[in-house]
Amino acid sequence: MRTHDVKLHYRGLKAVDGVTMELASGSIHALIGTNGAGKSTLVGLLSGEYWPSDGQVELDGMDVTDWRQPRRSRAGVGRSYQHSSVFPQLSALENCRLCAHACRHGWRHWLGAASGGGAGLSAAQAALERTGLAGVGAHPAGALSHGTRRQLEIAMCLACQPRILLLDEPLAGMGPEETERMLALLQSLRHDHAILLVEHDMDAVFRVADRITVMADGQVLASGSPAQIRDNATVRTAYLGEDTA
Amino acid sequence: MSQPRAAGRTAVAGVQPWLQAEDLHTDLSGSPVLRGVSLDVCDGEAIGLLGRNGMGKTTLIRTLLGLVRARRGRIRIAGRDCTAERTERIVRLGIGYAPEGRGIFPNLTVRENLTMAARPRPDGTCHWTLERVLEVFPALVRRLEFGGQRLSGGEQQMLAIGRALMANPRLLILDEATEGLAPILAREVWSVLAGLRHATMAAIVVDRNFRSVLAHTDRCVVLQKGQVVLDGPSADLKRREAELTALLGV
Repeated sequence: MRTHDVKLHYRGLKAVDGVTMELASGSIHALIGTNGAGKSTLVGLLSGEYWPSDGQVELDGMDVTDWRQPRRSRAGVGRSYQHSSVFPQLSALENCRLCAHACRHGWRHWLGAASGGGAGLSAAQAALERTGLAGVGAHPAGALSHGTRRQLEIAMCLACQPRILLLDEPLAGMGPEETERMLALLQSLRHDHAILLVEHDMDAVFRVADRITVMADGQVLASGSPAQIRDNATVRTAYLGEDTA
Repeated sequence: MSQPRAAGRTAVAGVQPWLQAEDLHTDLSGSPVLRGVSLDVCDGEAIGLLGRNGMGKTTLIRTLLGLVRARRGRIRIAGRDCTAERTERIVRLGIGYAPEGRGIFPNLTVRENLTMAARPRPDGTCHWTLERVLEVFPALVRRLEFGGQRLSGGEQQMLAIGRALMANPRLLILDEATEGLAPILAREVWSVLAGLRHATMAAIVVDRNFRSVLAHTDRCVVLQKGQVVLDGPSADLKRREAELTALLGV
């Protein structure tokens, strides 16, 4: 997946201002940056939640700039959100089944899809298995711990069988053990997915990322390997707040 | 490891705590979450609340604020029995709260979110003004007329902390203080907290980064399964890192 000079300007705000980047299969690409730098907006541009004011978004060499989110989702782009987005009264399995159904058929008859038979069950079960949640499939999502709920959100993405995962702060609010579990999950998913990871936990980012892009004011401040980013004086001063003198 | 204590409190000798919680028992959905927690907070004292997720940190805060009711126990704030007091009355005694999840008013602008919370202390002092908050969080300056829903997650966190400060509280409570903040801003929040010690403002801070909590608080309390299992000066707990990391699952 690629963006070419993609921009999103609205009401005088240059939320994203000319970003060109690429997500490669089999790798984790971390997106970091100051608060309000445009990271989540860029994720929205990639997922089809927002349409750019200018520039292009490509998937497998195809121009998908005008595709809406459901179409991009069916084409293999999955995303999770900064804040928990599960249906708390439904079980973990039902949450995954809803996603699997919605990817294939949209939101028609979706409540029936959560609990009924038919397509989506195997995808939902596979997603729970992959994320280590098979044992809590019957539990109401609202009763799961914070960390497990965040894993469920990734399972819900996987139920749509995506090739690209756009993960917006999946470690937010997690304790150390939950963080370790999530990082192990991301490592296991990297082999057959392209992962974009928006995250402020720098220890985690430097541990798992193959490439890091740093944003500031809607633009790319720097992009490179973790070692290159760690050595970048501008990044260290402007984002990490380290004294580089 | 220390045994669970019925009462976890280390008030400064001879000083009447501003907030006293005794033997709090709180249930959520019929299940016990707090099982006999006691906590004293003195003026100007910064307390770190540590523990794995689900151990009762947020429930303790919500109990202190009257957002959930303790089944048993007593809460005194500024010399008043607040055990059955309504939240708005408790807050008006001088508590600023930045909740987990931020609780920003999405349809109000940043300026409105901040100014609606503004009030001086009962003695008329007003250390925190709109200008002072914007000095600490300059990223909010260019968002002042934006609606809360247009802010990024980190900007909402800054706004939540700024709004809590605008109330010029005697006690500032930050639940997940630096969640969603870029490292440079997280440092700023910790430096604000360090400054509070000299501004007669107490603080209760929850944050996943326990080393930062230890470095920027006077005392830390560790909760496990709804009980205080460790309570002491942060400087001492720093030297007991192995015990602490075992409790926190690091």
